[in-house]
Amino acid sequence: MLSSKSLKNLQHSRPSVQGKIVVENLNVYFGKHHVLKNLSIAIPDRQVTAIIGPSGCGKTTFLRSLNRMIELVDGAKVTGKVFLDGLNIYSPKVDSSDIRRRVGMVFQKPNPLPMSIYDNVAFGPRIHGIRNKKVLDKLVEESLKAAGLWDEVKNRLKDPAVSLSGGQQQRLCIARALAVNPEVLLMDEPTASLDPISSAKIESLIRELKRKYTIIVVTHNLQQAMRIADYVVFLFMGELIEHGAADEIFTSPRNTKTIEYLRGAFS
Amino acid sequence: MSLKNRSTFFTDREGANPRSLRGKIDKLSSCFLAIASISSIFVVSTIAALLLYNFMKFCEQGFLPSILSDVWLPSKGEYGLLPFIAGTLWITAVAMTISLPLGFLTAIFMAEYIPRKMHSPIKSLIELLAGIPSVVYGMWGLMVLVPLVRDQLAPLIGGSLGKVFPLFRVNVNIGFSILAAGIVLSIMVLPIMISTSEEVMRAVPMEYREAALALGATRWQATKTVVLRLASPGIFAGIILSFCRAFGETMAVLMVAGNVITVPSSLFDPAYPLTALIANHLPEMISIPSYAYALLTAGFILFVVTFSFNVIARLVVRRLKRMGQ
Repeated sequence: MLSSKSLKNLQHSRPSVQGKIVVENLNVYFGKHHVLKNLSIAIPDRQVTAIIGPSGCGKTTFLRSLNRMIELVDGAKVTGKVFLDGLNIYSPKVDSSDIRRRVGMVFQKPNPLPMSIYDNVAFGPRIHGIRNKKVLDKLVEESLKAAGLWDEVKNRLKDPAVSLSGGQQQRLCIARALAVNPEVLLMDEPTASLDPISSAKIESLIRELKRKYTIIVVTHNLQQAMRIADYVVFLFMGELIEHGAADEIFTSPRNTKTIEYLRGAFS
Repeated sequence: MSLKNRSTFFTDREGANPRSLRGKIDKLSSCFLAIASISSIFVVSTIAALLLYNFMKFCEQGFLPSILSDVWLPSKGEYGLLPFIAGTLWITAVAMTISLPLGFLTAIFMAEYIPRKMHSPIKSLIELLAGIPSVVYGMWGLMVLVPLVRDQLAPLIGGSLGKVFPLFRVNVNIGFSILAAGIVLSIMVLPIMISTSEEVMRAVPMEYREAALALGATRWQATKTVVLRLASPGIFAGIILSFCRAFGETMAVLMVAGNVITVPSSLFDPAYPLTALIANHLPEMISIPSYAYALLTAGFILFVVTFSFNVIARLVVRRLKRMGQ
């Protein structure tokens, strides 16, 4: 027989819905400002989920609360639960660096570290204790291949990362994120600072990567969301307005806010 | 400073129409700016020239070989500067040994770890430390450190470590010592060390920290592998700056070092730094030319050392910056 208390604990430690990431009653405050309002949602495994919504609706905040990067913001407070494969990442026993290894992140502006291409990709494995040169070489090669950058850089791995073009830098950042073997990849407007050709490369890379990784992309570009997303989350003023399969949301949205947004009434 | 890649006011013909009021003001302001910078360069050159001239006179009179002797008898024409050079080096070394780790760790804490609310009160405290006149530090050293060294530290350390290491042996116990002077100096240079290092660490863009943290780096790993790596040229420059400050500090050191003309061999020995030599003997030197040459040679040594350290710092910073890319 379970006591009522342990039963309650059990309920609290397990998400009620299935999904790679399950968010329950997530609230985020910056000081007194209530940024995310009671979000509950399940993110499907190995699919591309696009988070859309007008500027300032909390897309980036939501993304950053999925790997606890939000905690780096001074004065940020998070309540509610985010489950990664059933583990509440905000539980006090959980180490944030552990979560961030499992949930990788790619930023809006490519941010290669000021070191060589090789060292950028090897950076993650090295901080997680991998020192063996052969293992590192293999990881670097695999990650760069997975990010579709290997052929372009294999002969210049020792060159500084900043010598790459913007699009290449962003793919390098993806390779760097893949090198620590994550399960989920968060991408915050990954093509916002890139030209159309580089953006197209990143988009096809995203479609490629979803076979192995759960991908969550914040995008300001509806056409991009339509091209890459399997699942769509629409946020407005910090609230979750609508979410569902991409086909449904884009062809027959239910909420009037979603309809207006998709029609381009505001952005 | 390289002017190669910059347009200077001499060649710059861009800007407002020179006949308009705006153009005239523009021209006038560039003139003033040029005069200001030229005059500071002029001052430095006259100082350098004065010191060099006296150093050459010193050499001309055949005193140069005696620089490294330890006999200082101006009345007999003996100008051995070794005790003073040794005193300065000892005290600076002690000051840097204390302030380097302390300042470096404090700077890391201030730049990367401190909660935002605590930052500005602590920062202003450290800045306050920088604003205290050196004579006040000297007083503090005299009233607090000298008795502390004499009554507590010397018996304690001399009685234990001093029996094994000559560095800690108590030869004379008057409290006025290299240790007291070194501690005072270390506190004086601490604010420089902290603020320069903190400043450059803070200047490391947040996106680099995020890159490391998002890969699962701990805060210390991100600090060590990204922030310190990128900030190292600036931190190094800050260390040199503090070194030069410690090297040239006069008043506080003069008050607690003891000013005994010997070549020190232990932390508890008194010392007589170069700066104190100049300050203390200034009134006597006027009448004897060779005396003046000797003191200004001491000044020349100080100048050359700080100047070359600045040059070295520049070269190293440039190299480190290139490596960081």
